[in-house]
Amino acid sequence: MKENLHRFFRAARGAGVRVSPAESIDAMRAVSRVGLSDRGILRDTFLLTLAKTEEEKQALGECFDLFFKIPEPEQPSQASPAGGQDDEKSEPESPQDAAGAGERSAENRGPLAEMLLSQDRSAISAAIANASSAASLSDIRYFTQRGIFSGRILDQMGIQRLRDDLDELAAINPALAERLTTALEQLRDNVRDIVSQALLLYGREEAENLRNEILRNAPLSQIEPRQVEQMRLLIRQIARRLRERYSKPRKRQRRGHLDVRRTLRRNAAWGGVPFLTAWKRRRRDRPKIVALCDVSGSVARVSDFFLLLIHSLHEVVSDVRSFAFSGHLIEVSDILESKPPQEAMQEIMSKVGFGSSDYGGSFADFEKQWMGAVTQQTTVIVLGDARSNNLDPRADILRRIAERSKRLVWLNPEGRTAWGLGDSEMSRYATFCTVVRQCATAQQLERAVSDIVATYQ
Amino acid sequence: VAEHRPVAAIEAVENGLAAQGYIASRQIATAVYLSQQIEKPILVEGPAGVGKTELAKAIAAWRGLKMIRLQCYEGLDEARALYEWKYAKQLLYTQILKDKLGEVLGGAETLHAALDQLHDFGDVFFSKEFVEPRPLLQALEQPTGCVLLIDEIDKSDAEFESLLLEILSDFQVSIPELGTVSAAVPPTVILTSNGERDLGDALKRRCLHLHIGFPEQRLEERIVESRVPGISQTLRRQLVGFIHDIRTLDLKKLPSVSETIDWARVLVLLQASELGPEMVKDTLNVLLKYESDIEAALPQVTTFVAKAARQNVFG
Repeated sequence: MKENLHRFFRAARGAGVRVSPAESIDAMRAVSRVGLSDRGILRDTFLLTLAKTEEEKQALGECFDLFFKIPEPEQPSQASPAGGQDDEKSEPESPQDAAGAGERSAENRGPLAEMLLSQDRSAISAAIANASSAASLSDIRYFTQRGIFSGRILDQMGIQRLRDDLDELAAINPALAERLTTALEQLRDNVRDIVSQALLLYGREEAENLRNEILRNAPLSQIEPRQVEQMRLLIRQIARRLRERYSKPRKRQRRGHLDVRRTLRRNAAWGGVPFLTAWKRRRRDRPKIVALCDVSGSVARVSDFFLLLIHSLHEVVSDVRSFAFSGHLIEVSDILESKPPQEAMQEIMSKVGFGSSDYGGSFADFEKQWMGAVTQQTTVIVLGDARSNNLDPRADILRRIAERSKRLVWLNPEGRTAWGLGDSEMSRYATFCTVVRQCATAQQLERAVSDIVATYQ
Repeated sequence: VAEHRPVAAIEAVENGLAAQGYIASRQIATAVYLSQQIEKPILVEGPAGVGKTELAKAIAAWRGLKMIRLQCYEGLDEARALYEWKYAKQLLYTQILKDKLGEVLGGAETLHAALDQLHDFGDVFFSKEFVEPRPLLQALEQPTGCVLLIDEIDKSDAEFESLLLEILSDFQVSIPELGTVSAAVPPTVILTSNGERDLGDALKRRCLHLHIGFPEQRLEERIVESRVPGISQTLRRQLVGFIHDIRTLDLKKLPSVSETIDWARVLVLLQASELGPEMVKDTLNVLLKYESDIEAALPQVTTFVAKAARQNVFG
């Protein structure tokens, strides 16, 4: 039983539920109190002791249902008296069979052949379960390992011997050999099913990690439509991670350096004798962000994910105003706040998207209407490839934005080598930016946003 | 026979809570049973008004224990949650005992001897007599055990969580001057959270994690039945059906079980026997707490009422 519970914990970890050793001990204690007879209660018990968020509860619930569909390897040994009886019953039959086939070969046949011919389903599935635990099937991680594990299980069950038996039988009793061949096919199918199921249970985490790893490093502008949903999920994970890291309560420093200026001022009434002291405090602002996002053609996808990320950082960032532009510039904060990401992006695209970009014109729009949004505490982030179709880049406006703001960060989806080539105005703009960095993948996006938030800590 | 015991015990919990007017789902009952068996706190999460606090009250009433409640808020600290020294009493006593003090110290020949005598005596003022127990310490000191409700833990600061860890895992607190105080009888601890912020893993690890969502239709009907006895079966069904439809809308704050009960009471007071569109529109403010939510729900009322009435016929 213990073995089974451990396998379940491993499967739970595979499903993305974080199970620490202490939690598994708790779960075992709890299980020992409620027993195993009532599956509903057992399920609730695991949900209560192992899963610590709603998402984890759902994942664990699914994992539980899947796990208990697979026959347990221990079952046959637990039910060994029953299994033994079965064997005894089938034994009297096999001599009859053997009598038809020829007694000499019956004695020589391997146990697997006997089992298959007797068509004892419970014995077969028990044997598969035992063989799969001997082949440590729960170590399976990737779908490419399916063949190896199937092979190992069949080896464990004695397929080698079965092949010899089959050759021998084919010469003596072709009909029986035929039966054995069909049974073997069935066995292979069964094993394949078991392995696939195990992959689903234990391999999920690895598969997900692998996929996420690939996704994190894929260029955002080139991901396929079917990956967009996964990407959104990944972005949400990133947002959660950033929130956890940066939303810790900001502690004010209580002691430290004397603030001479404030102390003198406060004690002016006593002729400057310092009755009340004032201490220097580190002021920590929450990030204020103004984001200007190019949503023309190739950059749109990156802007999409960037906006999604910035707007899911509520706990960390106190104030975000987002603007989107290609030919001209509009404010999109409200659209992003009030609508689900997909719809919001569609609406933004229909308003300003897919035009040919005019950085100069868009900056002029921004200066005319929204320059007031930029204060000394604001980080201005411009996301775009700086390809302005040879129109006037209006770098002077960018200079004024840079002067008003705390920082001006430019995120460019293009590689460094492409900056300044063709109609790219990147080198001209770069002079006024605090930082310019490449931002083409989810990983780069995470680092960029993380650095921006970190400057306020 | 032994394997049937837990099932029976869990049913006993369900019945016990039901007798106090708290209709628990199987999962809630299992959580209560397990927390008793393996002596672990229950962390209850879920939307406001689904009966997280009520659960603690019901457990206390069912087991005949005292309930001690600690309401959390931002800035809650050790002095208000755990214990505090009675400074005023300490001062008063030193004043009263001043003369006595002189007598005792008068016998000392040297300064050193006086200091020694003072040392023996200093401990008097930092003894149990001068400790003001706050809810957490009170809970540990109850001779017959109690139900300790730590309400809205998500409102407190992250530091306060760390303070709780010792109590939650070992049912003891360390007071530097006195040593460790262990619980006479481990209290049943219920923590509630509205998910305003994510709680630390250390805290979660020490608790059974119970999520109470909105109840299923049948369960909610039973809850209304137990809480609002005067209500007719027809009205009860229609009302719960209607609320389940309302919950499918995209609202700022979905109506919770507490709102269902309030609304049921209002309808009984108005002597309604059936749900009618007009009456629903008039009393919708009991159910929905935001103007924008009411506006969003109003156009749907007639459809939902008709649907609830139909359901009642076939259900």
